[in-house]
Amino acid sequence: MHPVRKQRLIVVLAIVLLSSVAVGLLVFALRENINLFYPPAKFSADEVPRNVRLRAGGCVEPGSVVRDDESLKIRFVLVDNTGQLTVQYEGILPDLFAEGEAAVVNGMWQDDDVFYADQVLAKHDETYMPPEVAEAMGNGEEHQATCEVVDYGS
Amino acid sequence: MAWQWFHRLGSPRWFYEKTSRWLVWFAPLTIALLLIGLIWGLAFAPIDAKQGNSYRIIFIHMPAAVLSLVGYYIMAIAGGVGLIWRMKLPFMVMQAAAPIGAALTILTLATGSLWGYPTWGTFWEWDARNIFMLVLLFLYLGIVVLGKVYPVRDAADKACAILALVGTVNVPIIYKSVDWWYSLHQPASIKFTGASSIHPSMLYPLLLCIVAYYCFYTLSLILYTRREVLVREARTQWVGELVGAPNNGDKSGGERHA
Repeated sequence: MHPVRKQRLIVVLAIVLLSSVAVGLLVFALRENINLFYPPAKFSADEVPRNVRLRAGGCVEPGSVVRDDESLKIRFVLVDNTGQLTVQYEGILPDLFAEGEAAVVNGMWQDDDVFYADQVLAKHDETYMPPEVAEAMGNGEEHQATCEVVDYGS
Repeated sequence: MAWQWFHRLGSPRWFYEKTSRWLVWFAPLTIALLLIGLIWGLAFAPIDAKQGNSYRIIFIHMPAAVLSLVGYYIMAIAGGVGLIWRMKLPFMVMQAAAPIGAALTILTLATGSLWGYPTWGTFWEWDARNIFMLVLLFLYLGIVVLGKVYPVRDAADKACAILALVGTVNVPIIYKSVDWWYSLHQPASIKFTGASSIHPSMLYPLLLCIVAYYCFYTLSLILYTRREVLVREARTQWVGELVGAPNNGDKSGGERHA
């Protein structure tokens, strides 16, 4: 390889490497801000500011969903392995919202330890299968992959 | 002398004449693959147990996303080769790759939005993957615009190549964003290591769609690069002969029109 070209190759590699390091450090410093939501564990550990708009995400604990008879009000518990968070919401839920599935809620965590959400998003997982296969695997009761690791005991 | 073959590859005329022969069979092949893949995925693959029919948009969304990322590397590598060897053709490939990549990124964002509404419950969320995909679009658009604003071709190519190289850092961030941060977007279904979490009856049409998109990308890149070759080499004799223009005031152009 011609020495001039070799030098230019080094410059090109340096551009890629240095910009990667710069952006890498930037992203590392902002890693907390890039997270879309706080997990329930952070709420249980009281590491989340109250009365501030933020998002929480976790798995909807089976059996925890309580619907109001007269309105669209709904109350459910988001869980992960170490924490749980009670969420209250009034409105229409996305089709994929279900017990044992993951959800992301947008709202405020108030002093009474209840998260008052004004938006509920369903987080679907990366498994795709025909209904017959899903039934054969678990009678349709299969929880999604991200929620399988969660221990629902208690 | 070992590098001579490499420099021959860099000749725009060689590229134009070779691809003229390839396109004859490559273009029909691409269209056939694309039709088979999309019809298989959109009409014949089974519905998903949870998402029903709305998951089918994956057959358009996911291959477009893959190619928008792979295309960025192709563009950046072409720019890097152009910078190092000062060859004409790699810069033309780089310039041709930018609008194609931008179009694929727009397609990814648009189909993702259409998929997000019935499943997530929102058209857009400031999710890590969404944000960095938007950054990718701006990088592509930046390179398209940068290539046009410089009055000097050579300076424009160098500026675009440097921007393309700097932007490569975004590609692994997009790819790993769903694993590194809590996000709304689901992780990858097709894994390089371990079993894929997508049923074979859906995986095969998806893989075919990915292959078809690769062919479509290659086809688009060849066509755009050929255009770029003609525009930049417009004053050379071989292009003059090709389009039948009266290069030195001769009568060959008149004969073509007759």
